[in-house]
Amino acid sequence: MTFRRYLVLGAVMIGASVGDTFLSKGMRQVGPVSLHHLLSLVIALKNPWVLSGIVFLIVFFASYLTALSWADLTFVLPATGFGYVIIELLSKFWLHETISPARWFGIVLITVGVGFVTHGPSYTNHDHPGAESEAVTTSDAEELTAAGREDRSA
Amino acid sequence: MNLSGDAAVWSMIGVIVLLATAGDVLLAGAIRQIGDFDVIRSHSGLKGAILAVLCNVRFFSGVACMALSFFSLLFALSWAEVSLVAPASAALTFVTNAFAAKWILKENVDGRRWIAAVCVCAGVFFLSR
Repeated sequence: MTFRRYLVLGAVMIGASVGDTFLSKGMRQVGPVSLHHLLSLVIALKNPWVLSGIVFLIVFFASYLTALSWADLTFVLPATGFGYVIIELLSKFWLHETISPARWFGIVLITVGVGFVTHGPSYTNHDHPGAESEAVTTSDAEELTAAGREDRSA
Repeated sequence: MNLSGDAAVWSMIGVIVLLATAGDVLLAGAIRQIGDFDVIRSHSGLKGAILAVLCNVRFFSGVACMALSFFSLLFALSWAEVSLVAPASAALTFVTNAFAAKWILKENVDGRRWIAAVCVCAGVFFLSR
């Protein structure tokens, strides 16, 4: 894992959590939307917080796709689960919501889970089923790719 | 809420989880088919990377499943409380994604990743308390 790739994972977490928080703040200002007046959701798009939230969610989606191009789904999802923690912290310190002890325990569990997965390889190659024992890490894959390029150029 | 109401809500959560998992797996499969964005960008620039994504049918199937999952979530929210639907669907999606990644994407879901998925799943559950 290079520093740049950690930055991409960070963008996934921050994009999703800040985007959701901005949407939440914007929708609070807009007020409740009735099922019979769904068109008022379009009016919500004029709210600057909602618009900013959508921009952050676009950043999230682009970073998420980039992360999936060099990491497994089972690596990216738990690694970016830390975004839930960011939402809780933003709720507490920015929206001034209360965090119960159970929620703090949840934050600890997610942090432990993220710590577990990010210490392992981000990507595993499987050319044929049942090749778990032959799984290679990203750095191995990069070496193999480089070797392949040299072979082709020769 | 009566039993049939509970069953209806959990059925809707099941639909959300299934669609979200299908979306994640299709997107991951599409991006794996396309390859590393850094490599594509170094060869054909940012436009090349965007074109590679936009020309992939599996990518659009994934986006369609994600969109359906989102609308299912909105529908479920009109029936049940957000404090149940949002965390329950998010937590269950972590687990179903781990199974789908192992059996469909043939990823190496080792003990470390199972523990991480379970920890994050339990963490999301506690965040909803």
